[in-house]
Amino acid sequence: MAEQKKGYFHVIREKYCKGCGICVAFCPKQLLVLKNGKVFPERPEICIGCRMCEFRCPDYAIAVKPLEDDKHPVKDVSSIDLSLPPEAHHG
Amino acid sequence: MAEFLDYFRKERLPHIWCPGCGHGTVTGALIRAIDKLGLDKNKIVMVSGIGCSSRAVGYLDFDTLHTTHGRALAFATGIKHAKPSLKVIVMTGDGDCTAIGGNHFIHAARRNIDITTIVMNNSIYGMTSGQYSPTTPHGMLGTTAPYGNVEHEFDVCELAKASGASYVARATSFHVTLLTDLIEKALMNKGFSVVETLTQCPTYFGRKNKIGGPVELLNWIKDRTVNAKAATALPPEKLAGKLLIGELYKAERPEYCASYAETTARVQRTYNDYKGGNRGCELNSD
Repeated sequence: MAEQKKGYFHVIREKYCKGCGICVAFCPKQLLVLKNGKVFPERPEICIGCRMCEFRCPDYAIAVKPLEDDKHPVKDVSSIDLSLPPEAHHG
Repeated sequence: MAEFLDYFRKERLPHIWCPGCGHGTVTGALIRAIDKLGLDKNKIVMVSGIGCSSRAVGYLDFDTLHTTHGRALAFATGIKHAKPSLKVIVMTGDGDCTAIGGNHFIHAARRNIDITTIVMNNSIYGMTSGQYSPTTPHGMLGTTAPYGNVEHEFDVCELAKASGASYVARATSFHVTLLTDLIEKALMNKGFSVVETLTQCPTYFGRKNKIGGPVELLNWIKDRTVNAKAATALPPEKLAGKLLIGELYKAERPEYCASYAETTARVQRTYNDYKGGNRGCELNSD
């Protein structure tokens, strides 16, 4: 039985994106487009997960993550212990 | 493995580099290399001088030092000398490294002090509106070279190699995976390591030379470079005017801080049990 195709989703940080178009031009599947000057994954289902958009993005505005990723839980404000000083989070 | 953005001072992002500037890509590659090696954030010191490239340290959540123009390597030498256990990384630009700080660069390489230097070479002085720099290719245009650059450019890698650096590599902001691997190897190398990265400056270099935006510039950089491994099999006429990328030079040389500590230990052993007398200096006395 063939292995099930892995899916990917794109994290877009619109605040960081400056619309330079590097990720759009160098995506091997041409799945990204610029919408109102910001990057937008038009067909995320055909993404092969090469992450070249993420590596080449000068503004850290795009990230590619595999779907159903249990190892890297989503980090949001609710998971941060605000009673600790920010220095305590240093790696 | 920490999250990628945890290495940044997030309150300072988005950065002020122009849209499509390659410096962000190189900074990202450096962070990925550090993340891959699992280095301790508190044991890394980032030093930079002045210029577009040197703004990088302001966005990174390490112990950082933004110093005077061209003197990043001088400050870094001091840090490494005072605390050899720290990992010192210098982020510098082509003008900062080869023009204003050229002297510091060759002497840091000569000493082979354990510093990793990342030279972001965008072939122009971007921050001061596009004057030609020592690495602007011959014949290219700039604000101060409206009829083409008369001078010939520096080869930063050859300069570092001739000065005595023990690890020399070159990559571009197009070849990001190669760049990350090379930075990783440079960080592991004990001695002066130089990674020259060719980056794009769409605002000045691309516009003045009528090459185009960031995408066209990246393609232009890609066409100018050949992988050093592939170049061995290519005929010389295909290599004319091309720059080699990849690991260009690696050598085992005594590291400065280790040699200094060795000398200190040797001298201390001789004179620590001093009980009077002329300490074996009679041969030098008149």
